[in-house]
Amino acid sequence: MASKLALFKASLLSHIACRSVHRSQIQLPCHVPVTIAQRGFAVSSRRRLMEMSGFTTEQMDVREAVSKICSKYPDEYWAEHDESGVYPHELHADLAKDGWIGIALPEELGGAGLGISEATMMLHTIAESGAGIAGAQSIHANVYATQPVAKFATPEQRHRMLPKLIAGETRTCFGVTEPNTGLETLKLKTTARKDGDSYLVSGQKIWISSAQVATKMVLLARTTPLEEVKKPSEGLSLFFVDLDKSAPGLELKRIKKMGGRAIDANEIFFDNFKISADTLIGKEGQGFKIVLHGMNAERCLLAGEALGIGYAALKRAANYANERVVFGRPIGMNQGIQHPLASAYMHLEAAKLATYHAARLYDSSTEDPTITQHAVGIACNSAKYLAAEAAFAACERAVSGSVLCCGGRPEIGCGCLD
Amino acid sequence: MSGLRILVPVKRVIDYAVKPRVNRTQTGVDTNVKHSMNPFDELSIEEAVRLRERKTPVQEILAFSAGPAKSADIIRTAMAMGADRGIHVQCNEGEELEPLGVAKLLKKVVEGEKSDLVILGKQSIDDDAAQTGQMLAGLLGWSQATQASKVQIEGDSVTVVREVDGGVETLKAKLPMVITTDLRLNEPRYASLPNIMKAKKKPLEKKTLKDYGLDTAPRLKTVKVTEPPARKGGVKVDDVDGMISKLKELGAL
Ligand SMILES: Cc1cc2nc3c(=O)[nH]c(=O)nc-3n(C[C@H](O)[C@H](O)[C@H](O)COP(=O)(O)OP(=O)(O)OC[C@H]3O[C@@H](n4cnc5c(N)ncnc54)[C@H](O)[C@@H]3O)c2cc1C
Repeated sequence: MASKLALFKASLLSHIACRSVHRSQIQLPCHVPVTIAQRGFAVSSRRRLMEMSGFTTEQMDVREAVSKICSKYPDEYWAEHDESGVYPHELHADLAKDGWIGIALPEELGGAGLGISEATMMLHTIAESGAGIAGAQSIHANVYATQPVAKFATPEQRHRMLPKLIAGETRTCFGVTEPNTGLETLKLKTTARKDGDSYLVSGQKIWISSAQVATKMVLLARTTPLEEVKKPSEGLSLFFVDLDKSAPGLELKRIKKMGGRAIDANEIFFDNFKISADTLIGKEGQGFKIVLHGMNAERCLLAGEALGIGYAALKRAANYANERVVFGRPIGMNQGIQHPLASAYMHLEAAKLATYHAARLYDSSTEDPTITQHAVGIACNSAKYLAAEAAFAACERAVSGSVLCCGGRPEIGCGCLD
Repeated sequence: MSGLRILVPVKRVIDYAVKPRVNRTQTGVDTNVKHSMNPFDELSIEEAVRLRERKTPVQEILAFSAGPAKSADIIRTAMAMGADRGIHVQCNEGEELEPLGVAKLLKKVVEGEKSDLVILGKQSIDDDAAQTGQMLAGLLGWSQATQASKVQIEGDSVTVVREVDGGVETLKAKLPMVITTDLRLNEPRYASLPNIMKAKKKPLEKKTLKDYGLDTAPRLKTVKVTEPPARKGGVKVDDVDGMISKLKELGAL
């Protein structure tokens, strides 16, 4: 990345130079590197694509501040990491340093006490910066999977589990999906059997993102056999466990992916893997209801990430349509190019409304008892579906206009379009 | 001395990354684009905050901006970076200020707030006038050090290193004084999320030009604004000889 940064500095210097720097500045026989360029200076196009009216000042602040951080990471950074499969540790560290991991966690734990409405804007902004799903996924489990922990853990647990994560010292992954029980979460087979002060976990998880770099896992496992549960929604329990990869009974296998390769996806095998009993979050058997708080939050974040990718693709497509001259004029003058892009834009705008509506419901449901969890669930799921559809259409149109690649396929990550 | 009272004027300008475009009537540039804090003013705020972090006694860092309603956002950013409070003089359309007007206004603020150090950007990247700091120092009768690349304060003695053609120059002066900042001075921080939240609770005083009773009438008239001539396309040469003869032809050799 070093040489990339150097290039970047040079381009910044010439850029600022032509806008504003006194001539003596650039003619100086200097050995001192220009430090301001350490910060990324992406060139933004004149027009904002996404309509920004109606966002709160908090959301606007988040967008502004996070896009500054992301501007340090040029497209080449993400292309390189997608190629090499190396985790974007730097982005996680940068975001943690300035307090972004704890955006939606309580202030008393070192968080900012904002909500999913702001966190969605954060992940939306990260994805839109060119970081795509890979950039967003480098932190997103730490944002959504910790929601149920913050809500249902005891004060002692919260203080033990979250401040270090907010500070960026620890990271978590989310262990729910299993090979034979994907969407059918209530049929999960991985078991956690009580054994004195511990539970012994056995079974298999799949598609667990970031498990290679995480030292914690939010784990959903069965504590009552399926045959013995009274209600179908009971029998599962939620744990916030240490993921010590050298401990006995734990094995990870990295899955090869088509895109978003900088973030590892894994199969995880548990064989009497020992976890401490004090990692149980909330009551035994209530894990499903508890984890839904995380999943609804996740849906909002993912919807935001999809929007980010969609707008990024559309912006590049629009720029290309304006620049590419064929038959003596920009291809963007042709209605055949304009209409699909305009349609993609309208779908993104609509999905944006659905997304931030869902996030608002999620946040206000804690204070407003008339907003049921059912209503929140419908809004969050719909938002994710609509945003993924809109983003996919935008990417497809951008690419079929022979323009671009996009940073990941939101519609196949974490929960499918359906 | 109970500590410095630093005044940091900040300006809302078209974002450095936006390519400005001349408006249809050729009276200025299209301003319906992203705006941010003038990059040189970020350096000023950063330096003020660093002075405090380096344990130079700093009683207060005051961020000041004169401009449209949205300039308040820039003051909030300055407060998120570490300024303690802000003053916003709201200028409506038709009340745009020229460097002399700003300098007069700042003089009033300095007097009202008992500031003893003013750190300004050496210029703002919209008008590129690079005059305000100098005019302010002149009006106040204070020492000035422009284009600072290093600032050190001990007691009431200030040492400023500045970059000049062909090298560096070191100046020493006594407080109170005016300093303008240059690119190599520091690397401005990003506002952290907790600090963005705290900044919302910091006091931001709203004022109007009338409160200062100044003559800020413009003395300059913009006649016309035009784009620089478009770059002509280049040519490809086949080899080194071709390049040399082309350069000769262009009179460059
Ligand atoms: C890149 C990536 C990262 C992921 N990261 C994580 C992670 O970090 N943690 C984690 O726990 N999981 C993760 N997942 C897993 C993800 O959540 C699951 O893939 C998702 O829940 C779908 O489960 P499945 O793949 O088993 O699909 P299945 O359940 O097998 O579904 C397959 C298809 O059948 C359809 N279908 C199934 N049942 C019905 C029905 N009743 N009615 C109509 N249609 C139906 C589905 O909609 C889908 O199209 C990740 C997945 C991917 C691809």
